[in-house]
Amino acid sequence: MINWLANPARFMRLSATTLRWCSWAAVVVITVGLFWSLVVAPPDYQQGDTVRIMYVHVPAAWMALSIYLFMAVASAVALVWRHPLAEVAARAAAPVGATFTFVCLATGSLWGRPMWGAWWVWDARLTSVLVLFFLYLGYVALVNAFDDPSRGGRAGAVLALVGVVNLPIIKFSVDWWNTLHQPASVMRVDGPSIAISMLAPLLIMAVGFTLLFAVLLMLRMRTALNERKAMALRLNAGVAAPRQAEHEGAVSAHTAIS
Amino acid sequence: MSDLGTFLAMGGYAGFVWPAYGVAFAALGGLAAYSWRRYRAGVVALERLQQQRGKRR
Repeated sequence: MINWLANPARFMRLSATTLRWCSWAAVVVITVGLFWSLVVAPPDYQQGDTVRIMYVHVPAAWMALSIYLFMAVASAVALVWRHPLAEVAARAAAPVGATFTFVCLATGSLWGRPMWGAWWVWDARLTSVLVLFFLYLGYVALVNAFDDPSRGGRAGAVLALVGVVNLPIIKFSVDWWNTLHQPASVMRVDGPSIAISMLAPLLIMAVGFTLLFAVLLMLRMRTALNERKAMALRLNAGVAAPRQAEHEGAVSAHTAIS
Repeated sequence: MSDLGTFLAMGGYAGFVWPAYGVAFAALGGLAAYSWRRYRAGVVALERLQQQRGKRR
């Protein structure tokens, strides 16, 4: 599958239809998820209606982590196998991951204020997610800092791989340190410890966010490939144009003589 | 109307719940709109280049 997709022309053809279907699916699933989280799901017996922030906060956090993992895997594939689309994919994913991380931090802050009494605490979980946000921003800054895009891509790939060390720190921060942030309640060895009426909207929103990521990833990859093609055409035209002018000049001189 | 009122009040936490959904919508919607506009601009630029190339031939 990965080798089969290594052809950018094939990717462009395939992603055109996939993009359309995924966009509609994302709109439908997120709308259902929003209705479920804001209207259908019950308020928490302790936290009241603030628990509804969870339906954006937790899926956004999952996306922040999984998009970084995706970016790191794509970077490894780009470095080791020089897969032509892997680097494009990693670059396209980074701003999407940064946005989800920002959403996670902002909604967490708005949840922390009424429940913990503070907008922010330097707790292990919050701090490690803030580091993740800066890793995303650093990656975007680094890949755009080079005149030669391929050198920027390679430097970014190394940064993305080094940053992977932060992922287990985020995941296990709530178990390793005594933090204010609550431990996992969905991804547990003994199964989720959350009521089904709250688990359902959580999972629907997670599916919706994953679809949204797929849409934005494909859209941004297509943009990058189109821009690359336009650049090649422009370079070609720049080389071809003087020769063409010469040729036209020769023809007109010839007709003038005859 | 009072049903809508209690819904909007979010049990007294309206000032936290609605901004949380608003921030998420603004950030993700903004990124989607920006990505879409850049995609369209790229497609238009590429089509123009390909037309120019076609004319010259």
